[in-house]
Amino acid sequence: MTAIRVRDLTKVYGEVRAVDGVDLDVADGEFVGVLGPNGAGKTTLLEVVEGLRRPDSGTVEVLGEQVWPRNAAVLPRIGVQLQASAFFERLTAREQIRTFAALYDVSPARADDWLERVGLAEKASARVEDLSGGQAQRLSIACALVHDPELVFLDEPTASLDPQARRNLWDLLAGINEAGRTVVLTTHYMDEAEVLCDRVAVMDSGRVLQVGSPAELVRHLDAPARIIVAPGQLDEAGARGIAGTESVEVGPDGTVLTTRHPADVVARLGELGALDGVRVQTGTLEDVFLALTGRSYRA
Amino acid sequence: MRAFSAIAAAIVRGFVRDRASLFFAVVFPLMFLVFFGGVLSDRGQPAAELVQVGDLALVEALSPEARDAFDAAFDVRRVDDLDTALEQVRSGDADVALRQDGGTLVAHYTQTDQVQAAVTQATLRALVDGTNVALLAQEAGSAVPFALDVERVEDESLTVIQFVTPGLLGWAIATSAAIGAAATLQGWRQTKLMRRLQLAPVRTRTIVSARVVVTLGIALVQTAIFLGVGMAFFGLSLTGSWWMAVPLVLVGTLCFMALGLLAGALTTTAEAAVNAANFMVLPMAFLSGSFFSLDGAPRWLQTISDLMPLKHLNDGMLDVMVRGEGPAAALPVLGILAAFALVVTLVAAKLFRWESV
Repeated sequence: MTAIRVRDLTKVYGEVRAVDGVDLDVADGEFVGVLGPNGAGKTTLLEVVEGLRRPDSGTVEVLGEQVWPRNAAVLPRIGVQLQASAFFERLTAREQIRTFAALYDVSPARADDWLERVGLAEKASARVEDLSGGQAQRLSIACALVHDPELVFLDEPTASLDPQARRNLWDLLAGINEAGRTVVLTTHYMDEAEVLCDRVAVMDSGRVLQVGSPAELVRHLDAPARIIVAPGQLDEAGARGIAGTESVEVGPDGTVLTTRHPADVVARLGELGALDGVRVQTGTLEDVFLALTGRSYRA
Repeated sequence: MRAFSAIAAAIVRGFVRDRASLFFAVVFPLMFLVFFGGVLSDRGQPAAELVQVGDLALVEALSPEARDAFDAAFDVRRVDDLDTALEQVRSGDADVALRQDGGTLVAHYTQTDQVQAAVTQATLRALVDGTNVALLAQEAGSAVPFALDVERVEDESLTVIQFVTPGLLGWAIATSAAIGAAATLQGWRQTKLMRRLQLAPVRTRTIVSARVVVTLGIALVQTAIFLGVGMAFFGLSLTGSWWMAVPLVLVGTLCFMALGLLAGALTTTAEAAVNAANFMVLPMAFLSGSFFSLDGAPRWLQTISDLMPLKHLNDGMLDVMVRGEGPAAALPVLGILAAFALVVTLVAAKLFRWESV
């Protein structure tokens, strides 16, 4: 079954085509990431799909239902995390999630369970204003999940978190998806998408440029791998002598070989006894992203 | 129903945990009540400082009643030379210097405080005239043909507190209703809580009515505190149909919530919304007689004042709470406030945008 089916969706604000002819399918149980630079239209796309904004043209179907106008049949089946600050002011974490639970007619006990599951049991009596960024994000996600939705939307859940808090949140998100829920998240962190997502859609200027699994997109990019040989293991001439090497660069950290046949080159390095401390860097989603969206600065 | 009570509880908690909003809703207006009721009401026109130069035969000869009046009107101290006395008047240490020159009382006064100067002159003139009349009547062997007796029309208990309590209460209610509505609308829009609530299977009217019911409850609590403090400490006494103040407070609250919504709809941040609400309510409080009566104000100012909903709320509460008017006196006011609330709400709804795009 298809959790989300978007066809030729367009949303215009004045002169700006925030979403411009987007097609997107998300299968049941899938973890899909929407990647794009700031202002690419990710949030607007999500808001139209969630039913918060009226599409100017095109169709959106979520869990087999229309989402616009506001459709009370869909709402209990989806969970949405907008951003960390979407809380009632001055409530404690427990009061917060219990309030959201009441809106979905979920018992306070189940709300408390969710606090436990996102690791906030100790912080239950702390006011939301006193939570750290990571704790607030986890609470926000717990509030989105408290009614056990089939489909979960997360808008930049790890923005402005430190590396520990991000890894911690990744585990939580992966767990949500493994429990059988469909997850759609927006992010501009490539590593996050690479780790978490079954498929990613790269967006820019309101359009979806490519959709596929992170590995597919990287393969499709056909970027050369970089093999870095530790200093003193191999001289420049030796490096140039290896078949399949496209370019060689000698620097203080070692000799860098670029190649589209990394397996052959590594095998040859083994024969030359130069494998100690060797590192191989293949193309990443980041390369795909930059290749698709360019490097120009954006606000 | 669960959703309603959960949202209402969340709003109440948010309110009572916000020291600033508690302060402005309750403590700040109470400070004014204490100031007006406790400090101003005990103070009549203060006695004038009178410097007596030498002996005042006329004052010594006053009848006992006239002498009492003189003592009540003046704090007397005596100096022996005129120059010292004049210097004291000039420097503001005394209001008037008084000496007797044969049959003439001479008062040296300063025009710095015009009211005090006028009161002093009138009092002294009355003493002299009264003494003359009494002496003339005595000589003629007849009684004084006319007499003046003064009595106040209002009940003796009508002190300052009676008049300031309804006005200050009106201001307190107006402020917290307008700011509450403005801050909620803008704050929830800014934090996207409003969007989050839109995504929950809860009707908009459930959310709105939770906010309205909480604000009405807060207004009733404010009323109870005001009347309680006024009665317990400052001798406030309510007249017959004071309970009509309850519907007045409730409809007045709706009216100012509507203004708060308008402030919220016209601004883009919670801070700006609160400032805009304050900007509407505070000048209105001055123009509506919340702090002082506008009876002596120019006609055009009173006309502006008639356009202010707070003026009507204050008037309605005065009528039923202290002027002893019947319940019917509040009905036209209720109508005006309800109409105002309706119109402003419609305008605010027309101007409202879910978020600044």
